[in-house]
Amino acid sequence: MGGLRGNGTGNTSLAKIEPLGNLNHQLKKTEGVKAIVAEGLACQRGGYTVVSGVSFELRAGSALALRGPNGSGKTTLLRTIAGFLPPSAGRVHVRPAASGADEGYFHYIGHTNGTKPRLSVIENVSFWQRYYSGAADIEVAEAALDAFGLLNLAGFNAGHLSQGQARRLGLARLLAASRPVWLLDEPSVSLDASSTRLLERAIALHLSSGGLAIVSTHLDLALPESQVLELGAASSALQ
Amino acid sequence: MNAFLALIGRDLRLAIRQGSAVGTALGFYLVAVSIIPLGLGPDLNLLSRIAPGILWISFLLSAVLSVDALFQEDRDDGSLDALFIGPLPAELIAASKSLAHWVTTCLPLIVITPLAGLLLNIEPASLPKLLAALLAGTAGISFVAGAGAALTLGLRKGALLLPLLILPLFTPFLIFGVGAMAASPGAFEQSILLLFALSVFSVAAMPFAAALALRLGLE
Amino acid sequence: MSGLSEPQSTGLWRIAALANPSAFMRLSGKFLPWLAALTAILFAAGLTMAFRAPPDYQQGETVRIMFIHVPAAWLSMACYSLIAISSAGYLIWRHPLADVSAKAAAPIGATFTLLALITGSLWGKPMWGAYWVWDARLTSVLILFFLYLGLIALRQAIDEPGRAGRAAAILSLIGAVNIPIIKFSVNWWNTLHQPASVIRAGGPTIHPALLMPLLVMAIAFTVLFIALHMKAMRAEILRRRCEAMIAIHVRGDGRQAQPDGTAVSHV
Repeated sequence: MGGLRGNGTGNTSLAKIEPLGNLNHQLKKTEGVKAIVAEGLACQRGGYTVVSGVSFELRAGSALALRGPNGSGKTTLLRTIAGFLPPSAGRVHVRPAASGADEGYFHYIGHTNGTKPRLSVIENVSFWQRYYSGAADIEVAEAALDAFGLLNLAGFNAGHLSQGQARRLGLARLLAASRPVWLLDEPSVSLDASSTRLLERAIALHLSSGGLAIVSTHLDLALPESQVLELGAASSALQ
Repeated sequence: MNAFLALIGRDLRLAIRQGSAVGTALGFYLVAVSIIPLGLGPDLNLLSRIAPGILWISFLLSAVLSVDALFQEDRDDGSLDALFIGPLPAELIAASKSLAHWVTTCLPLIVITPLAGLLLNIEPASLPKLLAALLAGTAGISFVAGAGAALTLGLRKGALLLPLLILPLFTPFLIFGVGAMAASPGAFEQSILLLFALSVFSVAAMPFAAALALRLGLE
Repeated sequence: MSGLSEPQSTGLWRIAALANPSAFMRLSGKFLPWLAALTAILFAAGLTMAFRAPPDYQQGETVRIMFIHVPAAWLSMACYSLIAISSAGYLIWRHPLADVSAKAAAPIGATFTLLALITGSLWGKPMWGAYWVWDARLTSVLILFFLYLGLIALRQAIDEPGRAGRAAAILSLIGAVNIPIIKFSVNWWNTLHQPASVIRAGGPTIHPALLMPLLVMAIAFTVLFIALHMKAMRAEILRRRCEAMIAIHVRGDGRQAQPDGTAVSHV
């Protein structure tokens, strides 16, 4: 079983950080992608070019932080990388680790959580687990909840959760089903400080097992091994 | 396959837990059926003659009005994005939604049709034919309605656009559905076959149109 | 569903070189006056022939409405086919002219359809005794009218022009696939409810003396449609250019984002 047991009151203070037992096995599956490369990427929204000249190469085990004011195209860029919309110029592609690569490279977490209020917390996570990985593994699901401090709320309907808790539930699917590239759009919005540490820990674990992450954020989010991409007025410069 | 089943399972579970959505569709169906005699007068002979038509029309209206939210909720809470980025192609996502609509809306409506027919003094002998026709045709109806819902996803321009788009496409279903009750020999068998063919065609083709439309709504 | 996307513009660039909107504006500007003149001549000829043609033994003078009704009905169907083809072109190649063509054609097609409905109704009144008897052919035309309305309504309801164009394209293809099914079902429905010996409007065959005027009128209507469509396309292209200029002006200086000349939805 392993994993971290939250204390019963549902507050999220971390007693100690332990390796997440069940999740290690899951996380091995993140070694699917060697790199993600963008070349001269430009994205449009509503007919207007909001981002242009984006180029980067992100290797396995590292993160890319997207920064920039509101409206600078962070969301549009993330959605283009995810494949929701085609780029208007340039390209972005994934270099898979193995040749017979499987299709599903991405997790995408947008501004909303993808959770259903009438399903319980554990049902929400189990659904995404079954959807993405084709199998239901209750221990991994519970470990994912635990990693975000929600395990003791597992049986409650998601509709009862506070905004911060709901956000954590949305994030939990990152750990419930394993995918090499995490695309996170303002993931720590509505999270308090200790919850943000939980998120940082999850990202760190993901990166250390060979995953990649592209995270847009205007808050303080500690990302190990990260490059920073500033989006803004002129063409986007990688720093 | 697992993903497909997981998605349908989730939608079915959600529909059961939110009983009000299905209940509302059933309620609307009965109200629509009841309005007719109120408007036409309680001439029982007349009502029993036009009962199949009225039942089919009310059914189609109930189907079209209940499909509006098919994708909307998932889009609003971010589930649609997460579904798209998963293993299921958009066509199967659309198909699973239409299938869930058929099970959670059309099937209950079919179950309640005998009761609605009672209100219209329908000939008991014609009920089995009517139910058979509904069973044969309603799968196609859910899938056509699903394509319409995908096209109008996210538009807040009023609830009437979707019915305007879809009802003309329902015409063949309506015609053959009521045609199954006709007295001419072979009309029933022919109608059932045609309804079934329509359904098969819609189930096969509509998800592709719906998937194209969903991608538009994602951008 | 991974982010392995190629940009749209390379394919667009090649086709755009073939028939870009500016070339269209130049060519159509030259053709249009000739087309207008040709339309006038054809209508003059056709209408003259129509009024000189012998009255029908059964329907008398009212048969002359046929010379408007039948071509209008033909054009309404042809126009929908044009929309479907343009839509397919737009979805596959993203050529902006295809979208302009589909958008311009819809109101014209709707008008021709309405014309067919009204003339059909007027034609039928002396024979049937009522303005509308749910005759199979007219009912099919009525449903076609609703399909046109749906296309126009859908385009109006979506603010973003790129999405509106593609949504309307998808809907028109769904409609195109359904039209044969709808016609078949309406015919079936009609024979079910009316015995076979109904007097069908226009009769089973057309007298040869009426055929010539009918053909001339059909050609006249076709040329009229082409002229109207071309004119409407020009108007739409100009409208889009105005929109683009307004947008540039409003978004103002200093801001990088501007409507893209090579973008899909703007010409």
